Amino acid sequence: MASQAYEAGRQKWTARRRLSAALWRRPWLRAIALLLPPLGWMLVFYLAALAVLFVSAFWSIDSFTGKLTHTWTWANFHTIVSDPTYRQIAWRTIWMAAAVTVTDAVVAFPFAYYMARLAGPRQRTVLFVLVLLPLWSSYLARIYAWRLILNHDGALNWTLGKLGLPTQGWAFTNTAMWIVFSYIWLPFMILPIYAALERIPDSYIEASRDLGARNWTTFRRVIVPLALPGIVAGSIFTFSLTLGDYITPSLVGNVDFIGNVIYRNVLGLTNNLPFAAAYATIPLLVMGLYLIVAKRLGAFEAL
Amino acid sequence: MRRIRRGHVLLAAAAAALCVPASGVSSSSDDSMITKVGKTEGQLNLIAWEGYTQPQWVKPFTKATGCKVKPKYGGSSDEMVTLMRTGQYDAVSASGDASLRLIFGKDVRPIDPKLIPDYKNFIPALKSPPHNTVKGVHYGISLQWGPNTLLYNTKKVKPAPTSWSVLYSSKYKGKVTIPDNPIQIADAALYLSKTKPNLGIKDPYELTEPQFKAAVDLLKKQHALVKKYWVTAGDEIDLFKNGSATIGASWPYQTNTLQAAKTPVKDLIPKEGATGWADTWMISSKAKHPNCAVKWIRWVSTPKVQAQQAIYFGETPANTKACVIMNKLSKGSCAQYHANAPLAYFKSIKFWKTPTKDCGNGKSNCMDYTKWQQAWTDIKS
Repeated sequence: MASQAYEAGRQKWTARRRLSAALWRRPWLRAIALLLPPLGWMLVFYLAALAVLFVSAFWSIDSFTGKLTHTWTWANFHTIVSDPTYRQIAWRTIWMAAAVTVTDAVVAFPFAYYMARLAGPRQRTVLFVLVLLPLWSSYLARIYAWRLILNHDGALNWTLGKLGLPTQGWAFTNTAMWIVFSYIWLPFMILPIYAALERIPDSYIEASRDLGARNWTTFRRVIVPLALPGIVAGSIFTFSLTLGDYITPSLVGNVDFIGNVIYRNVLGLTNNLPFAAAYATIPLLVMGLYLIVAKRLGAFEAL
Repeated sequence: MRRIRRGHVLLAAAAAALCVPASGVSSSSDDSMITKVGKTEGQLNLIAWEGYTQPQWVKPFTKATGCKVKPKYGGSSDEMVTLMRTGQYDAVSASGDASLRLIFGKDVRPIDPKLIPDYKNFIPALKSPPHNTVKGVHYGISLQWGPNTLLYNTKKVKPAPTSWSVLYSSKYKGKVTIPDNPIQIADAALYLSKTKPNLGIKDPYELTEPQFKAAVDLLKKQHALVKKYWVTAGDEIDLFKNGSATIGASWPYQTNTLQAAKTPVKDLIPKEGATGWADTWMISSKAKHPNCAVKWIRWVSTPKVQAQQAIYFGETPANTKACVIMNKLSKGSCAQYHANAPLAYFKSIKFWKTPTKDCGNGKSNCMDYTKWQQAWTDIKS
């Protein structure tokens, strides 16, 4: 009995040992074992989904019954390119994404600078919590909060009225969308800039001063170039998140974004999945280009 | 170490891509007529308009039949059609602009009206209306009907409006709200049929290209006046409550809810007439709980539930016996919601229906619903 158990244990042990030896001898086997789960995940849930999306963009639907027709056609892309409505919606979305990105960069930089280079450790912790705190509440709750603020009888107009200032009519306008987008994506800009600024060694700034550069020159020629990858990394988030959002436009705006058109084609209007797929390739292309430029600017090293 | 070639990745991606769509088609569909009710299944998944599945009549239903009701509100007819096509729902309260699409898409099952005892008490016009009965086959049982009204804030809108023209004039610029729904083009067409008779619009859902263009142009001009295109009834209620909108196209449901919340609003059917809806409960051809669905239709057809729903939503019941109960529940409500109105009133409302190419005049030069949807996206942009 005892020797049998000993034998079984030994066998198991040797099997395990053999495996580890095999892995040690063949590094490629190790690499495959490590990479297979994440790569498989990527392949099935990400790349395959994208491939299906792209293929279905070339199908069409029957206009009355709404059933899919699996014939190859360029009609969806033709509509997107030739119909001024869809062009306008695409431009509007890209514009808004750009405006939000610039706004967030301008707002986030001084904040991140203060956090990284001026604040003491305790103050820095407090600021960190303040930046991250909104992310703990639901995104929808924050958007609805802004609706309450910007409404005709909302908090903002109430305050303006008390101060004797003219009230605003921003509710359900592009201005409202711009404000809300800039607010909800701000943390995603602050954090990468903070990381980039924090990494700048003090000796660089001292060296700059030693070489006779004034504060402004140091800022312009040392700090900003070194923080640039962080800004670009943050802009990837703000830009792509704005580009893909459809909830903010439908709750605080009154016009369509790319996402709204896709949403209504998937659920709501026509169930025209092929058209939605075709239209979804626009943000994909835009983001693809954006990422190429971002890579050139070194954003991926800053992440 | 051999490197993975790009070709391999593409091949694998393509293989994976081919596997995925195959898994999408499964649930079985059955389009034979329902002629009897069996044992209830304990659950019922409904797609309904907001306000159609209120606890006051859903709770007693569950108690009586054991069918747990899981409702999902549809924001528009288009959304309802799409939701029905997922096959996850048993029944839908389809309006006339959705019902035919569901019938011709084979998404709903015919039902024998003999299963619904209250059917014989329905107003004659809703027994076999063309929006749910095709070639004598009933694809659903009528429920309620009503007009799309003009809603306004009595404190802010003076004098009280009498015409839809207030929604198209710049007097209330930035204070107007209208439904985010392509069928809204029919409202513009109805208005034009009275104000621009030379366009020759007879039916606001059967529009030739020039008529359609005139309606779309009118709505494009209206775009600058619109504060918000409302998506759900709750949206519009919020807009009126917080003063963002003071006038808009609405349903009686919003008026009732706002008045209950003491918001100073009133509604009316303007002198040009109104579009309206006539809803039908239809059972999905993929229904997993068809017996509960039939029991549900029976339940909502009874005079009491018809009366409750009519008063709650502010619409007109199909069951003529509801009138007496309505007056018991709320004095004068039978007349208020036109439950005893003559056929002429019913005929004065242009009920929602799906626009098709066929104009009813033998020609097929009308704009179909796909065109309406495209135009709507265009109007809103």
